[in-house]
Amino acid sequence: MDTTIWATTAFTVLMGLLSTLVAMPLAMGVAWLLARRHFRGKPVVETVVTLPLVLPPVATGYLLLQMLGVSAPVGRLLDAIGVEVVFTWKAVVLAMVVMSLPLLVLTLRTGFEQIDRRYEQVAATLGASPWRVWITVTLPLARRSIVVAALLGFARALGEFGATIIVAGGIPGQTQTLAVALFTFIESGRDAEARDVLWVSLALAALAVLTVQLLRRREGQP
Amino acid sequence: MSALVCEVRLTQGRFTLEVSLESDARVLGLAGPSGSGKTSLLELLAGLRHPEQGRIVVAGTVLLDTAHGIAVPAFRRRVGYVPQDGALFPHMTVQANVMYGAVAVSDAGAPDRPQALPALEAVADALDITALLTRPITHLSGGERQRVALARALMARPQLLLLDEPLSGVDRARKLAILPYLRALRDRWHVPMVYVSHDADELALLADEVCLLEGGRVTPSGHRDSIPR
Repeated sequence: MDTTIWATTAFTVLMGLLSTLVAMPLAMGVAWLLARRHFRGKPVVETVVTLPLVLPPVATGYLLLQMLGVSAPVGRLLDAIGVEVVFTWKAVVLAMVVMSLPLLVLTLRTGFEQIDRRYEQVAATLGASPWRVWITVTLPLARRSIVVAALLGFARALGEFGATIIVAGGIPGQTQTLAVALFTFIESGRDAEARDVLWVSLALAALAVLTVQLLRRREGQP
Repeated sequence: MSALVCEVRLTQGRFTLEVSLESDARVLGLAGPSGSGKTSLLELLAGLRHPEQGRIVVAGTVLLDTAHGIAVPAFRRRVGYVPQDGALFPHMTVQANVMYGAVAVSDAGAPDRPQALPALEAVADALDITALLTRPITHLSGGERQRVALARALMARPQLLLLDEPLSGVDRARKLAILPYLRALRDRWHVPMVYVSHDADELALLADEVCLLEGGRVTPSGHRDSIPR
């Protein structure tokens, strides 16, 4: 197998891990708020978080590209502080975070909702602050959901294509992920390389999903 | 001033809980049919729910006064709450459960907790759970769970303890075995309790006063013998 394919695999896995690390705390906070709090604007938050799941990924990528452009406030701010995102590895991570966020939030929200609220309430009556309740009761009881969400998010990030190619391009050795490489090889008629990338992608995705299934089986879920 | 003053109004759909009571009892029994608002009242006292209007004072400390915008959060109230099945944390051992309140209290600092924490050994001994401390929660019987839940609540040094039908899930033999522990709790640590139960015998054995809650309203406090058996 071509050494560049291994380099692309390593880059994709690294980006997937980074995006999962970035997305998890954000997703845990949002999922907990949606599961446990009633607040004005909750349907708006739910809609915004779910949008990348139903929007064409290319549209999400284009939206990110518009937001990061110098004509948009976010883009101007990044430009002012000298941070370049578009067509860099940071754009790859950003696209992966945005595209995996709905899956993470949905999985984590279900996990938090399944925790009996009385445990958290009793902890509070024992003198535990909300932060302490979160660390010592909520998170340990939701640990399986957290691991499953992280694995699903990681698998989703590995397969991300539409948003990535728009916002990060597919620069070999710089921003090219496995999914983008597969597209490039197919388009240019390089079938042997395309097959190699396909097998690597299949193996990584199957490993992540199999681990999720094994964890769910241990929890007694179907 | 009464040890417990509670004047609250809470509306949930078509049900309205409107309670006004004052008590100096060591154990205030709370009886009433299902759906009469007993658990809701305990949750209001513990700070787990918030009424539209009301005032709650425990041992001279104002925990809630909607007229003056006071609402002490649950974790600062020092009001212990033991639900029906104990709600022991399933991911901790018995000892970790029992010590949870003590550790949380230590973390919160001492100013509003003037009394020293009771020693684990003394509490474990009084409730006869010393042999259970290293066990996982799944290896406990119903009665043992309740005793562990009581120990956990006591270790947080509450100024008021709320017990929501703590013996409803155990058979009569176990009930008779646990009642002396509850009496010991009352007599040894002098923690005032609000004790919810359907069982007139339990209330007669433990409570100094009994209130009857019906349709969200409480009848005036009376002697425990006034509860029909």
